[in-house]
Amino acid sequence: MSRHLISSADLSRTDIEGILATAESMHDLQRRDVKKVPTLRGRTIVNFFFEDSTRTRSSFEIAGKWLSADTINLSAKGSSTSKGESLRDTAMTVSAMAVDALVIRHGASGACRQVSQWVRCSVINAGDGMHEHPTQALLDAYTLRTRIGELDGKHVVIVGDLTHSRVFRSNVITLAALGARVTVVAPPTLMPSGIDAWSETDGFETSWDLDTVLAGGDPVDAVMMLRVQRERMSGGYFPTAREYTVGYGLTRDRLDRLVARNADVLVLHPGPMNRGLEIAADAADAPQSVVLEQVSAGVAVRMAVLYHLLAGEDAGSTRPAAPGAA
Amino acid sequence: MTRTLISGARLLGDATGDLLVQDGVIAEVGSLGGTAADRHIDADGLVALPGLVDLHVHLREPGREDAETIATGSAAAASGGYTAVFAMANTSPVTDTAEAAEWILDLGRACGLTEVVPVGAVTSGLAGERLAELGLMARSRAKVRVFSDDGHCIHDARIMRRALEYIRPFGGVISQHAQDPRLADASACCHEGEVSGRLGLPGWPSIAEESIVARDVMLARHTGSRVHVAHVSSAGTVEVLRWAKAQGIAVTAEVTPHHLVLTTDLLAEYDPVYKVNPPLRPAEDVEALRAALADGTIDIVATDHAPHARHDKEHSFLDAAFGMLGLETALSVVSDVMVASGRLDWADVARIMSSRPARIGGLTGQGASLAPGSPANITLVDPDRTITVDAAASRSRSRNNPWHGRTMRGAVHTTMYRGRVSHTIDTDHATEYAQ
Repeated sequence: MSRHLISSADLSRTDIEGILATAESMHDLQRRDVKKVPTLRGRTIVNFFFEDSTRTRSSFEIAGKWLSADTINLSAKGSSTSKGESLRDTAMTVSAMAVDALVIRHGASGACRQVSQWVRCSVINAGDGMHEHPTQALLDAYTLRTRIGELDGKHVVIVGDLTHSRVFRSNVITLAALGARVTVVAPPTLMPSGIDAWSETDGFETSWDLDTVLAGGDPVDAVMMLRVQRERMSGGYFPTAREYTVGYGLTRDRLDRLVARNADVLVLHPGPMNRGLEIAADAADAPQSVVLEQVSAGVAVRMAVLYHLLAGEDAGSTRPAAPGAA
Repeated sequence: MTRTLISGARLLGDATGDLLVQDGVIAEVGSLGGTAADRHIDADGLVALPGLVDLHVHLREPGREDAETIATGSAAAASGGYTAVFAMANTSPVTDTAEAAEWILDLGRACGLTEVVPVGAVTSGLAGERLAELGLMARSRAKVRVFSDDGHCIHDARIMRRALEYIRPFGGVISQHAQDPRLADASACCHEGEVSGRLGLPGWPSIAEESIVARDVMLARHTGSRVHVAHVSSAGTVEVLRWAKAQGIAVTAEVTPHHLVLTTDLLAEYDPVYKVNPPLRPAEDVEALRAALADGTIDIVATDHAPHARHDKEHSFLDAAFGMLGLETALSVVSDVMVASGRLDWADVARIMSSRPARIGGLTGQGASLAPGSPANITLVDPDRTITVDAAASRSRSRNNPWHGRTMRGAVHTTMYRGRVSHTIDTDHATEYAQ
């Protein structure tokens, strides 16, 4: 395993399974009264968020703290361009403080890849623009496996604004690596460009018609609804919220049809949800919904990622020399 | 006055001959073995071309002298074999007045390494709203003939129409940066296709170029004026140009060296050195551009040399500046891709990199034939010399060089501007020439 986690493609099936196994033991810790373990004592993790985030940042922060690392949150929304400092200068400045890992959320696709080429510490992608969000894909896989076991041959449907979604881009990679059959659904305007060629290479299916997919050959094991930003309407991606919901929302009726074919079907959403737009309130709160389990899994999975990158067997390359006084 | 004898060159890559240069002019051409001269350049094995002319460069002065100056840009031009460059108007302040154009002209003359020809802005401040003083720039000492808002598309059809009409009396041409801002906005930075989809980068679809070119060739037909398409990047644009030329419409077009070689997949690691506008396209477009250059649908090669300070390229890919260097490598790229492959010969290179760009730009004294009486603007090329590009060795002030580490066959040996050697790799004589 590389010392960075930038793309879900950085992880082999073995890597993923190793992380998910570690996440299980981390998850057990969360049920104890005293949750802290000393694994990363003396290590420093900087959560550098160039873009707002509540759940991902707090999830990484808690994960670091429970592993006894010193975690520092830096927020730099808009600062790099507004102050004129280059991304490289910003990254080098933080890196110069001898941190062990940089967890980066950035509004620009590829920012984490670039930073990883400049700094000596581990870089973990906590979401870069429209590119990827690998820990989200890991926590989704963890949540799915907890409920329905191995994902080989399982049918997962991802619905929503695929064009702008880093969650989708990471999930198709991780789910495919674990053997799942994936179908992605969106109106043509929200399908990423070139997806016909891309889906063929990477082994997933695409559709413009949600109802056909839900009624298709294999029953659906899980449906993942992606957030649709209302401002996309002004960009001409779809006419109205009402029309979007009719075509692509997880309505009560659609959930009933899913359950009729597979009583164990799961509903996922990376959050934050637009209730009434891409997901109806009673679908979000239905027994099939595992939205809060995703959040809970997020901490365990991020602990596992930090463990594998910073304390795992092959993580030595980023370990700084022990100070003489130690 | 100094007499320089260039002996044994293959003129335009064809017959071998000697060139006697005197008083900045080619005095004699032929077999001049016994002719007395103050200097002798042994051009055995070299190809002699008329000095190269670049219709599209950014020299950044005034405004961004930390990225390039007219002096450093002139030096880069000379080492790339250029004896004339057209400096785009998107400086700060913008070249949108006669005074600004003359200032650039004078600064270029003071450097004396290459002819620096100012391009005038089409609209005041490049804002796309009202015409700049096109006539005053044309009447100025700078004799501006090429007008462009390059960096911005003249997307308002009415402004484009009026500009085309207005420049007719003085034989001007509008060089259009074809990019419909509604189809490819300022954030668009990756060819729209599988790579942009995978990388999550805002797509720059070819149609944003093609639709403007289609409109502009019709405006050129309607107005009877001349339009030049800057940095053609897509196969669809080539189809439009081919059709327009068949109709006899006065349209010309350029392609950059980078669009002749580099492809979208280079963006995979998000290295901003490959961020350029219009973006690098897939291999199918690259092939269509090479074919169009070979068959004359695309008239010329122009570099769109776009130096940037290092820190302006060290942002996220989305925030980094657009553009790449090109002056020093263009001849090698064309030699390697078009000549070594047999698609063009050296006479064609003289046409696409010298005579035709000079004619499009209304520039006399450049791109002339290698004949007695022509100004001594001469580029000697070593067609067999293989170079490996080293970004650090550049005479440009910037280092955003996408060709770094690439090996190419064919390189500029010596550049002569108005009878004086402005560049040579012949180190034995470099000091002598640099006076």
